[in-house]
Formats: sequence, structure tokens, C-alpha cells
Amino acid sequence: MFAYIVRRLLYAIPILVGVNLLTFLLFFVVNSPDDMAVSQLGEKYVTPAAIQAWKEKNGYDKPLFVNAQAAGAATLTDTIFFTKSVRLFAFDFGRSESGRDITTDVSTRMWPSLAVALPTFAVGIWVNICVALMVVMFHATRLDRWAVFGFVALMSISYLFYIIGGQYLVAKSWKLVPISGFHGGAQAWKFLLLPVLVGVVAGIGSGARWYRTLFLEEANQDYVRTARAKGASEISILFGHILPNALIPILTGVVVLIPSLFMGSLLIESFFGIPGLGSYMLDAIRSQDFAIVRSMVFIGSILYIVGLILTDISYTWADPRIRLN
Amino acid sequence: MKIVLLWSDVLVFLLVLSLCLFFYKLRQDPQIRQRWSQVFASRLGMVTFTVIATYVAVALLDSMHFRRALDAPPGLAAQEVFYDNKVTSVLDIMLDGMGERFERTYSAPFALRSFEKQNMKDERGRDIRDFPALRHAGTHLAQADDKWPDVARKSARALLWGLLLSALWLAPQWLLLRGSPRPWRASWAVQAAVLCAAVWLVSISRHYHVLGTDLGGADVAYQSIKGVRTGVLLGTLATLIMLPIAVTLGVMAGYFKGWVDDLVQYLYTTLSSIPGILLIAASVLLFQVYIDLNPDFFSIGMEKADARFIALCFILGVTSWSTLCRLIRAETLKISQLGYVQAAHAFGVSHLRILGRHILPNVVHIILITFVLDFSALVLAEAVLSYIGVGIDPSMGSWGNMINGARSELSREPAVWWTLSGAFIFMFVLVLAANLFSDLVRDAFDPRTSTRRSPL
Repeated sequence: MFAYIVRRLLYAIPILVGVNLLTFLLFFVVNSPDDMAVSQLGEKYVTPAAIQAWKEKNGYDKPLFVNAQAAGAATLTDTIFFTKSVRLFAFDFGRSESGRDITTDVSTRMWPSLAVALPTFAVGIWVNICVALMVVMFHATRLDRWAVFGFVALMSISYLFYIIGGQYLVAKSWKLVPISGFHGGAQAWKFLLLPVLVGVVAGIGSGARWYRTLFLEEANQDYVRTARAKGASEISILFGHILPNALIPILTGVVVLIPSLFMGSLLIESFFGIPGLGSYMLDAIRSQDFAIVRSMVFIGSILYIVGLILTDISYTWADPRIRLN
Repeated sequence: MKIVLLWSDVLVFLLVLSLCLFFYKLRQDPQIRQRWSQVFASRLGMVTFTVIATYVAVALLDSMHFRRALDAPPGLAAQEVFYDNKVTSVLDIMLDGMGERFERTYSAPFALRSFEKQNMKDERGRDIRDFPALRHAGTHLAQADDKWPDVARKSARALLWGLLLSALWLAPQWLLLRGSPRPWRASWAVQAAVLCAAVWLVSISRHYHVLGTDLGGADVAYQSIKGVRTGVLLGTLATLIMLPIAVTLGVMAGYFKGWVDDLVQYLYTTLSSIPGILLIAASVLLFQVYIDLNPDFFSIGMEKADARFIALCFILGVTSWSTLCRLIRAETLKISQLGYVQAAHAFGVSHLRILGRHILPNVVHIILITFVLDFSALVLAEAVLSYIGVGIDPSMGSWGNMINGARSELSREPAVWWTLSGAFIFMFVLVLAANLFSDLVRDAFDPRTSTRRSPL
């Protein structure tokens, strides 16, 4: 088990190197630092001197891969590739184009993101399982058919409409909670209530539908038929046999998402004005701050890989038949 | 008149042509024919397919572009013809100038007056502040009270015309298909409803703004219809670009195994570990910088928007092939172990021939399911990307841009709800139809679920 995890972590290194090279190619080769300078400075002030000054200020005035003028190890280290991309491996994200320290920003903005994402995630799973169980209880009836149709209809509504509709109904018409904003401490729940509610409702369509198929897959198994033949009641079959067995695929399916909760939700955070990582990314994209986008790509891929490893571990934990070696 | 051929137009007509060829070829396979007839045996399959076909037809009509010839200016020799800078499509002609009736700013559905007050003079020349009358709504009415009776009268007349048109349109279908075992009636009902609604919309729009107008005074119903082309094209073109990459790499990885497999697996794990939205946003931003730095490549504004649109399709395609590639690789691994592939090996059949004859036809169902499933996801993604600011060019109509422009307008008092509802209805109907249809296709084609009939 331990050896397996170590091997998976080692396997992650080439993937991270690949991510790094890809982002480097995207940001520096396809789009040269000169192009970036032009788009950052705006059209008015573009003179060769201004571009050079901008490049020097942000450390883009070096060669891409090999610095022929420097001596010794500096031929490789005193380059854009080393200072901007390789340094990410040491979690040294440097400064954003507006001069702020990205590491500090990320570590402070992580918590509001988690404050929204964690409750949404937990409540969402609980609600989806409850709804799916109720639908499975009425399997192959008219109610089941209409419920599936309802799930598909819920899935077909854009996430934007859930947010806009939720803000309009709950915050504007009924005036139950503030429309947007964020406040730490004891007042936080007021601001978190609506984002969490919107996140949960928006997820019901696809979530409950997926859980329903998982439950039905279990309901067709032999042990369910045996239990029914022995005279077990439908309720005890549902909660005693189907639910525990279906929890295995549910668990392994959601574990991969847990690390990415840190990244928060782009849309929810920007609509509700929550100062988390999601709105951080959105602001970076809108102001074309490539230093932040690059760092977030790197963090995101690390979290995804951690999620994959956690999934493998959760398989062995949930299903004793599986052994990792 | 000068015909304008945008790159996306060329691509979409090629796409339709190749899809027709593809399905014509597939028809020869009895197994696939039987599966399709399972899809169309249900009324739901017929209805959803008709709805999707309607959207595709609107998108195709909107893809035939041309520039109108302008009248020669007086005094100039009429040898040279000047063309309008604005690109018109066949759909614009069919909508009868719906897109040319601009107001000053917001107005509610069927309103006669603008949504915002304005300084103006009354009949005695005094300065007053009131809601000005709209330029293109209810100008034929003597007084405002006549509005609803007039709407009802015009609606009834339009409905009659719509029924007449549907009768003409459906009669040949009825003659040809009345003996068919498939539930064509459901499809005819949808076709008749669509035709009646279209006739009603066009004829009422001559006198009123059915869904109101937006901030810039443009007709919301018109904009929603223009968004159809963007949505349909994005959903199909992005998948079309992704397919060759995913299929080639997936089949090769599963068939050749060894280092090819390692390489392909490495590629798709790397790509899928990058947060998708960031990758897309970064690529679109980079392309935007490229467009800004090379403005000479595009002669009219529409071409620039079109280039950005194609780039977006391309980026969405290139970043989303990993899921399909993974599925195809797994399936190919399974198939290449089967007896007939081993037998082909033993007979010395070449790799290329084995791939083409024995493996590809057996992964077609995965491609088909992915194509239909991804369509609705892409339509939804477009709205989100446009909101983030990396989507469709604002000069090109799209539902995402409509939502983005109107998202904060619900907080006004009274709320401006009609822009959002226009985009909502058109988008919801398309995505719902596509989702329901994809469920049916998956049930029919996926060997795992085909034995167990889905309740829908």
C-alpha cells in the first residue's frame, strides 16, 4: 500500500512536468513576452522602450530556455523557463502582474472557497442520495418516469439561471438573505446560505440521476432477489442491502472531487462576491494576469492528481476485495 | 447581392454533408438500422428529433450569408456596385426585417412605450419627462386601449395562416408515411406547432416586440433566434474537431499497446489534470491577443467574430478529447483480444486493414453516444464561457452574451426579465431535447444498457 502510494506520487512528477511544459508553451512560445507587454500596456503607450521596461520589471527579459551569456549553471537557471515555470515545483509562485504575492493570496483566499464548497458538497451528496432513494422506491411506476424526466429537465437549465433565479427569488423578492457579499466569523452563515442552496439545487438533476442508476444497478443483483425471496421488507432491502453496497461506487466517484473543492466555484463565487480562489481566477482571466492563471493551472493539476490517488486508496478502504500492488 | 462564405458556414455545410453520408453508410448495417428504429419507435424519440432538426434547420438558414448591394449614390457612375458592410442571412429575410426594428433602449414585451423616461416636449412645447412611444410598436393603433383586441385579432389571423401552411407542409409527408409503423403523428404535431409559432412570431413582430427589447433596443426574440446558429454550430463543430484526435489516438493506444499506449495515456492524463476552464480561458485569451495584433487579416467585423468563434470551437475540441479517447482505448483493448482479430492477425492482414475493418466499426457506437451527449454540454458551456468573457465575440449573437448582458437587470425595479427569459426558453428547449434524445440513443446503442430498457 505504502509502496503503491509512493509509486503513484513518483508517476505524478512526469505529469506535472508535462503540465508545466504545456503552460509554458502556451504562455511564452505561442504568445511571446512582447505580445503580452503590448496587451498589458494598452495600445496608447506601446513604444519599444516601454515594452522593454515592462519586461524587465516582470522578469521576462531573459532568453526562453538557454542563456548563452551567463556562465556555469546560470546558462539554464537564468532563463524564463527556469524562473517562471520550474520554480512552481517549489511552490514559489512569484508575483502577479500587478505585483501582489500569489502565495499569500492563494492561502488567504482558500478559506472562503472551502466555506462555500464543503457544505455544498456534503449537503449536495446527502440530498441527492435521499432524492434518488425515494425515486428508487417507486421504481418502474409513473412517478419514477416523471422523476427521471424532471432530473433531465433540471440538468438542461444553465447554471447561470440557477444563480440568477436564486438571487432574484430568495434575496430580492423574499429578502431572506443578502444578495451577495462575504463576512468572516459568526455572520458568515447569512452569506453562505444562498450560495450553498443554489449549488445544491443546481446539482440535483445530474447527481440524483446518477445515484438512481447506481441504486438500480444494485437492485438488479442476485442478493437483492434472495433477500426479497426470504421475505425481507422493501424498506429493509433498500436501506440494509442496496444503500450500503451502492455507497462504494458513490464514495469512489466523489473522492476525486474533494481536493478540487479548494479551488472553489468560478460562477458561484463571482456572482455572490465571495473572495475565494474561484473569483481570484476569474479576475485573473478578465485582467489577463497570466502569472496567476499559470499558478492556478499548476495548483489545479496537483489537486486533481491527489484526488486520483485518494480515489485509489478509497477503493481499497471501501471494498476489501481490491488490493493495490 | 454578394454571397459571403464565412469559415464557419463552410464547416457547417461540410459537417451536414458528412453526417448525411455517415448515416447513409450506416443504414446498410442491419444491426445499426435496428437500433435506430428502436430510438424512433418511441414518441419521445420522434418529438425530440424533430425539435433538434428544427434548430439545425434554423442554424443552416442562418448560415447562408450575403451582403446586400447598396443603391449607387446619386451623381456617381453606376458601374461600380457597393455592398452593405452588414452581413445578412437567409433567415433574416424570412424573419421579415425583425432585426432592423431598433428602439432606443429597454421595452417590455408588447409594450407601446419605452421602459425608461426621457426628456421631451409635449404638444404645447413644454419640457416634460415621460415614457416615449416606441418607434416600431403599435404605430398603427389609434389609441393604446386597442392593443390587446388588436393582438388577439392578429394572432387569430396568423394562426389560421400557420395552420394552412402546416397543412401544405404536412400533406406530402402524410401521403408518403401514413402506413409507417413509426409514430410520425408526434413529429407532425411538433412540426405544425413550430410552423404556427413561426408564422405568428413573424406576423406579430411587424407591429409589436413580442419579447421586448434589450439595453441597446434590439428585439429580444430576434436575438434569441440568432443565438440558435451559435449554439448548434458550437455543439457540433467542437465535437467534430475532437473526434479525429480522440479516435486516432484511442484506437492506436488500444491496438498497438506498448510505448504508444504509454504515450497516449500520458498525454490524456496530463491534459485532463489541468482545470478545463483555465486551459480554455488561457487559450482563448492568447488567441484574442493574436487577433488584436493582426487586425489586417479580417476585412469585415463579422469575419473577426467568426475567426474567434472557430478558434473557440477548436480550443474546446482540443481540450476535451481525453474522455472519449479513454473510452475508445478501453474498448479497443477489449476488441483486439477477440477471436476474429486474432484470426485476422494469423492470416497476415495488415494493421491498417484490421483497424479499419474490424476495430473501427465496433467503436462507432461510443463515438455516436459521445457526439450526442457532448452536444448539450457544449451548448451549456458556451453560456458560462461567454459570462467569463472568453466566449463568443459580443458582436455575434449568442445566448451566453444575452445572459451576460442582462444578468444584473433583474435587480432593477421593476425587473427586466424578458431578455433572460428569451435566452432561457430557446436554450432550455434545445438542451432538453438533446438530453432526452441522447438518453434514447445511449439506451439503444450501449450494449450494457440495451437489454434493460430505460423507463423513458
